[in-house]
Amino acid sequence: MDLVVEPGECVAIAGPSGAGKTLFLRAIADLDVHDGQVWLDGTERASVPGPLWRRRVGLLPAESRWWRDTVGEHFAASDPEGLARLGFGPEVLDWPVVRLSSGERQRLALLRLLANRADALLLDEPTANLDAESAARVEALLADYRKGRDAALLWVSHDAAQGRRVARRRYRMDAGRLLAADA
Amino acid sequence: MSILPLGAGDLTLAAGLVLLVAALSWRLRLGIAQAMLVAALRTTAQLLLIGLVLRALFAHASLGWVAAMALVMLLAAGHEVRARQRRRLAGAWGFGVGTASMFVSSFAVTVLALTALVGVEPWYEPRYAIPLLGMLLGNTMTGVALGLDRLTQSAWEQREVVEQRLVLGATRAEAIADARRESIRGGMIPIVNAMAAAGLVSLPGMMTGQILAGSPPVTAVQYQILIMFLIAGGTGLGTIAAVGLAARRLFDERHRLRLDRLAPVSARGR
Repeated sequence: MDLVVEPGECVAIAGPSGAGKTLFLRAIADLDVHDGQVWLDGTERASVPGPLWRRRVGLLPAESRWWRDTVGEHFAASDPEGLARLGFGPEVLDWPVVRLSSGERQRLALLRLLANRADALLLDEPTANLDAESAARVEALLADYRKGRDAALLWVSHDAAQGRRVARRRYRMDAGRLLAADA
Repeated sequence: MSILPLGAGDLTLAAGLVLLVAALSWRLRLGIAQAMLVAALRTTAQLLLIGLVLRALFAHASLGWVAAMALVMLLAAGHEVRARQRRRLAGAWGFGVGTASMFVSSFAVTVLALTALVGVEPWYEPRYAIPLLGMLLGNTMTGVALGLDRLTQSAWEQREVVEQRLVLGATRAEAIADARRESIRGGMIPIVNAMAAAGLVSLPGMMTGQILAGSPPVTAVQYQILIMFLIAGGTGLGTIAAVGLAARRLFDERHRLRLDRLAPVSARGR
């Protein structure tokens, strides 16, 4: 299969569990060994060191992981504006990670990823644990990021309505195949 | 003064203790009686054999024979390190990483001790070289095995944390840094504890042996201190090298976590 995402474009992918959506995103982020080719602005994946590639092609896993005790230790610099847009005050950086709800983790993980200023984002169910209002905040933040940085977004979502809201081009993945959503 | 030789009767009496515990284990259905008897037989056979080997070695103190003996000891230690890991690196790496690290650290420290510290002539004199190397290998083996086991187990259990850090742009060294540090610490804790408790809680075996054999206690103590420091050096260097090599092997040149390089868990893993 073949997929091109233009700068500033968002492409949505839906499909049943186990269809290979997560593996597809992992392959693009160069986490698994595969034979495919991935290009970013004319640069092939293999010509860039792995860590640098992943800074430019940022993957947001469905489940975020945290390795230090407090939220702030996972951020290089504080971003009060981003925090506020997702409904947090600056004091959230002192919170212990274990006390975060799954929704709070998901929103903070997104901010942590955006801090890398990646040119392309691979989003695996970025609003799965969020209520409608928080999901709307995340969608707005990501839309502004995409326009502001001319970033390419690949958005995996089970939610068909969300897919229509965030992306003009939509695909379904089934058994490892990518099909146009209206096909 | 020299040590009182033991007769066959003394050993038979001591063996009676083993039989007593084995009988109790059988009666209590602990399921360890057979293993204990086999181990007791092994210890008898292996030690009698090494007694003969050492006698022959001491009689023909040539560098070639000493080196051959050292090689056998190293391979046995490498095998033991491999067997003690639940999730070992697949293929030759599972044996090679531990063995290479022990070779570099134990042999370097032993040669240093023989040439620069003990100053025996010739430096490979087996009465000194083989026991020294044995003590170093035995302890380094423990550290290396603990460190490697901890590292591979951590990488397996914390794969999602490691990959999360990779995804955020960490290098392979940054992504595994916590697990690597903990694993090296884990490998070095036994020797640190042994140094802390020596003389207060435990009288180390080598010193006890020297005193039993009639050495003045102060000489025995000086040797024991030297040995402790050598072991600390050998264990530290060996564990750092082994865990470092294995941590590198867990990733490829694209800085991807490669848990497929671990062998499937064997039912016999200890």
